[in-house]
Amino acid sequence: MTTTTAFVDRVRRPAHLAVADLFISFFEKTIMAAILSIQNLSKQYDSGFQALKNVNLEIEEGEILALLGPNGAGKTTLISIICGLVNATSGTATVGGFDVVDEFRKARSLIGLVPQEISLEPFQTVTNALHFSRGLFGKGRDPALIEDILKKLSLWDKRDSKVVELSGGMKRRVLIAKALCHEPRVLFLDEPTAGVDVELRKEMWEVVRQLKADGVTIILTTHYIEEAEAIADRIGVIRSGELLLVEDKDLLMRRMGQRQIRIELMQPIDRIPDALASYNLEYSEEDQSLTYSYEANGERTGITALFSDLGKAGLILRDVETRQSSLEDIFVGLVEDK
Amino acid sequence: MNFYAIKSIYSFEMARFFRTLAQSLISPVLSTSLYFIVFGAAIGSRIEEVDGVSYGAFIIPGLIMLSLLTQSISNASFGIYFPKFIGSIYELHTAPVSYVEIVLGYVGAAASKSALIGLVILGTATFFVDFTILHPVAMLAFLLLTSVTFSLFGFIIGIWSKNFEQLQMVPLLVITPLVFLGGSFYSVSMLPPFWQTVTMFNPVVYLISGFRWAFFGTADVNIGLSLTMITVFMLLCLGLIGWTYKTGYKIKS
Ligand SMILES: Nc1ncnc2c1ncn2[C@@H]1O[C@H](COP(=O)(O)OP(=O)(O)OP(=O)(O)O)[C@@H](O)[C@H]1O
Ligand SMILES: [Mg+2]
Repeated sequence: MTTTTAFVDRVRRPAHLAVADLFISFFEKTIMAAILSIQNLSKQYDSGFQALKNVNLEIEEGEILALLGPNGAGKTTLISIICGLVNATSGTATVGGFDVVDEFRKARSLIGLVPQEISLEPFQTVTNALHFSRGLFGKGRDPALIEDILKKLSLWDKRDSKVVELSGGMKRRVLIAKALCHEPRVLFLDEPTAGVDVELRKEMWEVVRQLKADGVTIILTTHYIEEAEAIADRIGVIRSGELLLVEDKDLLMRRMGQRQIRIELMQPIDRIPDALASYNLEYSEEDQSLTYSYEANGERTGITALFSDLGKAGLILRDVETRQSSLEDIFVGLVEDK
Repeated sequence: MNFYAIKSIYSFEMARFFRTLAQSLISPVLSTSLYFIVFGAAIGSRIEEVDGVSYGAFIIPGLIMLSLLTQSISNASFGIYFPKFIGSIYELHTAPVSYVEIVLGYVGAAASKSALIGLVILGTATFFVDFTILHPVAMLAFLLLTSVTFSLFGFIIGIWSKNFEQLQMVPLLVITPLVFLGGSFYSVSMLPPFWQTVTMFNPVVYLISGFRWAFFGTADVNIGLSLTMITVFMLLCLGLIGWTYKTGYKIKS
């Protein structure tokens, strides 16, 4: 329904229905409007390299989207365009309904960016660096907020240290703290946990979950797939500047994920009996086991038939084990075979 | 207009200046003192008065100008080049600030620093020579106008430079010769007519001449012309900065 026909409808209908229409359009705006909307975005660098090809993406308020993709896929380029560091060649992006170019002040006020590269003024103290960032975003000093952020990111002990005196992982956390101190509604994390030790990585996931609980929308890129598996609501996969898919994480894992049953036999066999040929079993001589793969969401898994045929073929089972493919398997499969 | 952003940038830049206050002040004060000892006392005692002013006093405006120009350019160009070099400039370009706030912050700070240094040099001069300033308000106005204009110029050099060599080349290869040949140490009228004409193409002549007028009431060129020239140069710099940011030239890919 286009706007004009909606308007005509509204005029012709009785007043109480017109009011209802207004409510509906209001809710459409508030509920349907994505906090981040990217339309037909393309980027060709001056070198002639096409880094993004007609990317479309909508992100709902409060969700965590993980962008996966091999090196050079265009993840940083995409983020840079939205944040104002790179000009798009064509297409548009809006944040909170504000165009990132035409209404950059309003759009950027909502955005926090943690860049991939550690780029910090070396001789500033951690606290001053945060005050500086908040000021840039047009906000007055708020020492209590900054204390809170520093504590959350385990940087409170280092508040008076100069940036140059910090370790790499600490510097990355300073970058995150800087991005948070103007209380953004949309946070971009470009490989936030690169170079961060395992324990701290878990702590940072906790910070991300807390932010999500506060209603912050988070877009993160990562090469650690278990990271996406652990915290993302949706997964986007980019390869060579193309957004291959964006899907709910659980759905994706259910849809693309394969399940396997490993069946250990009592006795070794020379070859797989012909009666079992249709199951495409793999036999491993090493541990005398057969492996059966099936689509987790397939209508018929064929398990019942398999077990009955195994019995008919006279095979005696020692043990049975099932496993599910991880997001990593799915990702590798996607990036390789397309 | 994002005033907090301007304040953040300005105070950050000034903090760097005050953190290294000794270095920031010692070198200009030392070099000016050397000029006074060599040109003012040693050589100056053998030179007669110029335009009715003792030679030691005559060179004061030129010396201050020399520092103002080099300091404004180096402070402003370094101020914006350094974040570009280490990458921390990303924050400026992702914040809700336009180039107007960026320029006000960086150029404001650079101009403040060089104006301060100019005043310190003026103070130093009082230890070496006796002089009175005929038009103190005009003198201050000229000092500020020059600081701002050349800080704008330095800012342009900073955003256009690709490396540290380029950053230092303009002050070294262009500004220093122009200042030395711009009448810092002599009156243009002392030159042969041909070189007088050539000199008139040196923009720095108008600055020094105007500044000297504010001190002693005498000038090589009309004060109105001096003011016009510096205003034109300032507008040119502003225009260039505006164009650079509008087109994203050397800023955004
Ligand atoms: N300024 C530039 N000029 C030319 N090409 C560029 C520029 N910046 C990036 N590229 C190219 O664009 C492509 C995408 O780069 P981008 O940084 O967006 O990748 P990425 O997905 O973030 O990779 P990574 O996982 O390694 O961070 C790369 O092939 C890169 O070489
Ligand atoms: Mg990247």
